[in-house]
Amino acid sequence: MDINSTLIGELIAFVVFVIFCMKYVWPPIMAAIEDRQKTIADGLAASDRAAKDLELAQEKATAQLKEAKAQAAEIVEAAKKRENQMIEEAAEKAQAEKEKILAAGHAEIESERNRAKEELRQQVAVLAVAGAEKILERSIDAAAHSDILDKLVAEL
Amino acid sequence: MAADTGSYIKHHLTNAKMCSADGGIAFNKACADAGFWTLHIDTLLWSIVLGLIFLLTFRSVAKKATTGVPGKLQCAVEMIVEFVDKSVKETFHGKNALIAPLSLTIFVWVLLMNAMDWVPVDLIPTIAGWIGSTFMGMDPHDVYIKSVPTTDMNMTFALSIGVFFLIIYYSIKVKGIGGFTKELTLQPFNHPVFIPVNFILESVTLLARPVSLALRLFGNLYAGELIFILIATIGLFQLPVHFIWAAFHLLVIPLQAFIFMMLTIVYLSLAHEDH
Repeated sequence: MDINSTLIGELIAFVVFVIFCMKYVWPPIMAAIEDRQKTIADGLAASDRAAKDLELAQEKATAQLKEAKAQAAEIVEAAKKRENQMIEEAAEKAQAEKEKILAAGHAEIESERNRAKEELRQQVAVLAVAGAEKILERSIDAAAHSDILDKLVAEL
Repeated sequence: MAADTGSYIKHHLTNAKMCSADGGIAFNKACADAGFWTLHIDTLLWSIVLGLIFLLTFRSVAKKATTGVPGKLQCAVEMIVEFVDKSVKETFHGKNALIAPLSLTIFVWVLLMNAMDWVPVDLIPTIAGWIGSTFMGMDPHDVYIKSVPTTDMNMTFALSIGVFFLIIYYSIKVKGIGGFTKELTLQPFNHPVFIPVNFILESVTLLARPVSLALRLFGNLYAGELIFILIATIGLFQLPVHFIWAAFHLLVIPLQAFIFMMLTIVYLSLAHEDH
């Protein structure tokens, strides 16, 4: 059991080691550990937040999809309505056109007929006058009808 | 054989000594009369080498410490640091920048010094004897080397006296000289008549701390080393027996380091407690 000056040497070594450990070993290692703990905690929180965000986004996407489908259905409906309307309109227009063309045809036919009638009438008049002239030419006997002629002359 | 065994054991349990004699430096047997002013160079050498291994390893990790994904060495170091930090925080509730690094130093250093117990008992003395006889012209039997520093009371007492100084320092710093004196004289019997009795009781309690710290570590490791040396003398059967004893030391070596650290923390937190 020999206690000797080795004890003093070891004591000095102990003090030096502890001071070195306190100054250069403990603080940086502890800082690294604490930093990493913070990083991990932050990462976990971020992943939680991301999961929540994802859920929200999915909900939103579903809602939007639904809305879009509804809109699409609405648009298709409107398009169908418009199509029917257009067909109806076209049919109406065609009908109107047809009637107009018919009316025009009728009018033309009418006017043609009128013109023909007129012509005929004129020709009838001429023929009548010519017939009358012929008849008159044959029947007028100057002697027989001289009294009438005389009367006429007398009246003049 | 008996005499051989005796001298074998004695050889293994003798420290390499160095002292100044006749104006020069003398070694080993020449130092028999040097008394207090003798150095156990093997204890000093191994303890300082192991301490440097500890500090340089941890320092290199500390310098390169990343806050990202750590390497394996950094993981190991951080595990030890966190273990020590947890032990300190569980026991000591004040604010003190010294106690945690002190505990780390004690734990790892003592662990490394204890771990020298696992080195086969003849390996280092044989190498040292060969070096001594080949390069220094010494008789190999005169080359002493004890490679487990904690089997040297100088080592264990150096640690415990260092802790003892800190106990005194923090007691006075936290409680003041008056408070510390009161603690020594007015406990456990709070009456002026009992002051001498109290003082004797408390002084013994206080002084028992470093003594028990040092002797517990020394006793365990010295006994362990002695058994290792005894096992080495029993011939062929030493191999299984040695294995069993070494396996048992898987428990003893970390446990003794842990106990020393834990008691240091407990004593220092007691020193911080104001009654």
